[in-house]
Amino acid sequence: MKIHIKNGRLIDPKNNIDAKLDLFIAAGKIVAIGKPPTDFVANQTIDANDLIVCPGLVDLSARLREPGDEYKASLVSELQAAVAGGVTSLACQPDTDPVLDEPGLVEMLKHRAKQLHLAHVYPLGALTRQLAGKVLSEMGELREAGCVGFSQANTAISDTQVLWRAMEYAATFGHTLFLHAEEPFLAKDGVAHDGEVASRLGLKGIPSVAEVLALASILRIAQETGAKVHISRLSTAEGVAMIRTAKQHGLNISCDVSANHLHLTEHDIAYFDANCHLKPPLRTQRDKEALSAGLKDGTIDAICSDHTPVDDDAKLAPFAEAEIGSTGLELLLTLTLKWASEQKLDLVQALAHVTQTSAKILGINAGDLSVNSDADICIFDPKEYWKVGASTLKSQGKNTPFTGLELAGKVRTTLVHGQIVYQI
Amino acid sequence: MNNPQLDQDGRLRHLLSIEGLPKKILNQILDTAESFVGVAEREVKKVPLLRGKTVCNLFFENSTRTRTTFEIAAKRLSADVISLNVNSSSQSKGETILDTVDNLIAMHADMFVVRHSQSGAAHFIAKHVPPHIHVINAGDGRHSHPTQGLLDVFTIRKYKPDLHNLRVAIVGDILHSRVARSEIHALTSLGVPEVRVIAPKTLLPAQVEKLGVHVYHDMKAGLKDVDVVMMLRLQNERMSGAMLPSAQEYFKTYGLTQEKLRLAKPDAIVLHPGPMNRGVEIDSSVADGAQSVILPQVTYGIAVRMAVMAMLAGGQSGGTQS
Repeated sequence: MKIHIKNGRLIDPKNNIDAKLDLFIAAGKIVAIGKPPTDFVANQTIDANDLIVCPGLVDLSARLREPGDEYKASLVSELQAAVAGGVTSLACQPDTDPVLDEPGLVEMLKHRAKQLHLAHVYPLGALTRQLAGKVLSEMGELREAGCVGFSQANTAISDTQVLWRAMEYAATFGHTLFLHAEEPFLAKDGVAHDGEVASRLGLKGIPSVAEVLALASILRIAQETGAKVHISRLSTAEGVAMIRTAKQHGLNISCDVSANHLHLTEHDIAYFDANCHLKPPLRTQRDKEALSAGLKDGTIDAICSDHTPVDDDAKLAPFAEAEIGSTGLELLLTLTLKWASEQKLDLVQALAHVTQTSAKILGINAGDLSVNSDADICIFDPKEYWKVGASTLKSQGKNTPFTGLELAGKVRTTLVHGQIVYQI
Repeated sequence: MNNPQLDQDGRLRHLLSIEGLPKKILNQILDTAESFVGVAEREVKKVPLLRGKTVCNLFFENSTRTRTTFEIAAKRLSADVISLNVNSSSQSKGETILDTVDNLIAMHADMFVVRHSQSGAAHFIAKHVPPHIHVINAGDGRHSHPTQGLLDVFTIRKYKPDLHNLRVAIVGDILHSRVARSEIHALTSLGVPEVRVIAPKTLLPAQVEKLGVHVYHDMKAGLKDVDVVMMLRLQNERMSGAMLPSAQEYFKTYGLTQEKLRLAKPDAIVLHPGPMNRGVEIDSSVADGAQSVILPQVTYGIAVRMAVMAMLAGGQSGGTQS
């Protein structure tokens, strides 16, 4: 299959390209940019006039809900959502049922995902068995089965001895740890940022210091052990400052922020909007601005969707009892564009945070449009607005704080391995 | 964003929280309540305003006092009253809140009085009921207990009519108290110029000053020259642990005694939402003393709840039509 994508505005952050260039695909690979290779005869031509052609997005944190929670979402529904959002590679969290702490489960997941011919799935294995924070998982075996890193999902390792050993062990073999920084005792039963809004609404708070303390432990132990650590879903201004300092001191860390936290604050909870029950909690305007600044100056490397599909019934409860999470795969691109437009950033810089930097963190060969790389491509209309809602979302999870909003940036075509997997 | 408590014409549709209610409506409730105070003193303690209406007390959390006063209020308005302790029936069978509510709507309930342990539960129910159904929040988690806040200001107004010239102190567990939040909003909305909260740091919510209050940790300084002292109940489970070392130490530092009360103005009044822990947050000599208005609070509570129900169900003006 040979495809010619013509007349598009090609944006490839890794190669610093932003120009009107044609793209040529053969046998699943990008074979040329600009001018066709000799004797190239396309089987199919995609006219991308007025559209942007960029690398397929790489998402650092999505939940696919398989195995175990198929009533919330399935691999099919969520991978269809991924490609509808232009996401062609994603890392999935291990907090499934059973937990991804067995190589067999990981192999099965990879196998099932591959058969669907949609987005590439890169599982994050459980760092500890059952995510219980006590016994290390078989990281070597899990890596062989296909895990690209190890995560505790939303749970913390409260025992610092275990955290230390986990990092030492991971450092021995060069595994990357994906850690969410939240001190579990301070965050216990908390459902919202411990601030003005939680106080007014009578919701139990999660103070910023819960992130700061956990982050201090993680960074210090990472420094001692030399472990490669990625901080998932940073939420506080203090956290941004700590990462900035740690990076200045040469620590081998990376960091992401969820698209929700780039746009929302505690005030969006309004009258107990359960769609804003998220982990970490939505914080203050000051935190939001610090996250944005951190992303701009490179302290924060990537934006993730934190895609967490929840079934409608689980959100139909008073705020604290409503299940945590919101759908995100189909919003990652549009929310990144919205952020770029608000910050007046050029698209090369903005899209880097959802393509090449994310791919680099996962250690996968994706997120760019270099010649000879896999043809994982997203073609979108940056000017087309669409309304977020149950009828426009492919994901089985329809809950998001952005419901009802009209957002710019509509994916037209997504290619994975040179095959069109989504087109409207 | 629409205020979920008001209808399109700005009239009260649900009573969920004091916050967000215009001063005009608050005064309207208090004035209506004034006209109901006399009803209890008549030989026939009833008015026909809610005749033919069904009021459903939906208590997901135990309560005797609040449920009883709502029952009495509804009955004095001639409504049919059903009281359900849901935690002991449906919820234990796994029925969701909305299923319970929908079933009662199918039985033609007109008004729900809801108590729940989760903040936002009343908002949640109000969001899902059809337009002709009214919801009254009788306490949701730590968030709000609007009729308590209203009956407290009603009581204050009875003794100190000029709200614009008052200094009020609220003492105790502000952090976990829906009563405190409602009192603060009621007082500040009605123009009380100085509202103080007095508590140790462990019992104050983050950024409490953003609610428009002055924060005191020293009870003696906080009580100085106040006109009204509003005590809060300290829950048993919080008396010793990480929040407080012991009930004894709490009483010593924040319990209201005659000696501490002398720091307030000589004619200061003392309120408590009940039930009281004598010897923990309040000394018996104060609770039963000349400055206590704790029992009148209970009496006025019925009038205030009647006023709210009458305004919701029977049009906005209320009134006794006697």
